[in-house]
Amino acid sequence: MTRFLEFAGRPFVFFIEECGSILLLLLSTISWMFRPPFRFRVIFKQMEFVGVNSVGVVLITGAFTGMVLALQTYHGFRMFGGEGLVGATVALSMTRELGPVFTALMVTGRVGSAMAAELGTMKVTEQIDALNTMSVSPIQYLVMPRIIAAILMLPVLTIISDFVGIVGGYFVGVNLLKINSGIFMAKIIDIVELDDIFNGLVKAAFFGLILSLVGCYKGIYTIGGAEGVGRATTQSVVLSSILIFISDYFLTAVMF
Amino acid sequence: MIKLIKITKSFNSQKVLDELDLKIDPEKITVIIGQSGGGKSVLLKHMIGLIMPDSGQIIIDGIDITNLNDKKLNEVRKKFGMLFQDAALFDSMTVGENVAFPLNEHTRLSRKKITKIVDDKLNLVGLENVTNKMPSELSGGMRKRAGLARAIALDPKIVLFDEPTTGLDPIMRESIDKLIVATQKRTKATFVVISHDIESSFTIAHKIAMLYQGKIIAVGTPNEIRSSNDSFVKRFIKDLRK
Repeated sequence: MTRFLEFAGRPFVFFIEECGSILLLLLSTISWMFRPPFRFRVIFKQMEFVGVNSVGVVLITGAFTGMVLALQTYHGFRMFGGEGLVGATVALSMTRELGPVFTALMVTGRVGSAMAAELGTMKVTEQIDALNTMSVSPIQYLVMPRIIAAILMLPVLTIISDFVGIVGGYFVGVNLLKINSGIFMAKIIDIVELDDIFNGLVKAAFFGLILSLVGCYKGIYTIGGAEGVGRATTQSVVLSSILIFISDYFLTAVMF
Repeated sequence: MIKLIKITKSFNSQKVLDELDLKIDPEKITVIIGQSGGGKSVLLKHMIGLIMPDSGQIIIDGIDITNLNDKKLNEVRKKFGMLFQDAALFDSMTVGENVAFPLNEHTRLSRKKITKIVDDKLNLVGLENVTNKMPSELSGGMRKRAGLARAIALDPKIVLFDEPTTGLDPIMRESIDKLIVATQKRTKATFVVISHDIESSFTIAHKIAMLYQGKIIAVGTPNEIRSSNDSFVKRFIKDLRK
């Protein structure tokens, strides 16, 4: 029995340990945030990488999420004559839940993994040690700009995703399924509140923190050459995704 | 001046450095030789605080760096330049940007002056027309030269070399050896080189320190080491020549 518990509990202990180490990295990053030099150029470069370069992916996933949502809810709602609520359902789901979560997952795949791979390669080729020897803190130079960029850009990407999602839902609902456009829009305005959008953006910022922090953590603690870099990249995507889902539940429970 | 006092370091219960004592002479080239996997890199990384010892002191110009905070340690590190085994050039930057990096970070020099220094340092290490090339476009030997140019960009008092000739062909090895000697002569900095290449060590060193089983077992000029009657030193040299 004891042995079974030991066996079953090991991954859990490992997960908690890992979360602790990530939290320590976060504290250290915060402490470096207020010390000069402030490298705005590096931060803008990361914002471009995390934000601008992710717009295409977010446009496609956002639009199709809104479209499929309209399609699915239409068939369900039609059974009891609630087609008019399709617009509001799409808008509410996108702003509260699907916009932030899907955007975060897509950015995790595109950006979080790249962060782990880039920093991991820098670690195994001693570039991070080289930064240290040149009296430049890797946390301040590499980790902090990535985290700030992700926290700032995820809400922006989420707004884009929310918007195209609703537009996609409108296209499917009004143009293909022939829902009255006036009702579609009126219900959205009626039911969706500014708080729904705002809370969704707070979630997005938090997810940005998670995916960048985990990506950087996995990167700068990479060991074991090319194989290690591969492992770090995979682990960063898996761990970020898990943490995004877990924190999504608790954030939703607290905010809505 | 660098002084290591009773440095002990273990990894996973394996003792790599064992109460090691070593004094590095200023403005000279000291080569630390030892077998591969014998803790030479670990020892070198202790000198610049990349690895901290389990016990013992590392004194740099009178300051023990083992109990400094990040900020003070970074101040001490400004006295150092380091050339890594594979040069560790930032692969997202051009060679010129790499050499300019420490200057941009720690000086307020104008762009024009920085460009001038970058060109001078690259010339000093025998590189021309590579400023706008990416590190991946350079050969192994050229990368090491560029790494050295970056290491000496701020005219540091101490330059550390992690196996500078490993992985190079004999001709390139000789030319890097010559470069190290020439650069030290010009800069008058303290050079610490770690190597398992005994011949190259005899060529470049003012002083040789032998690392064996976590301790420095002999220190002396190349002549002293070569003519040593100590059977242990003789065997050590013979082993390294194999």
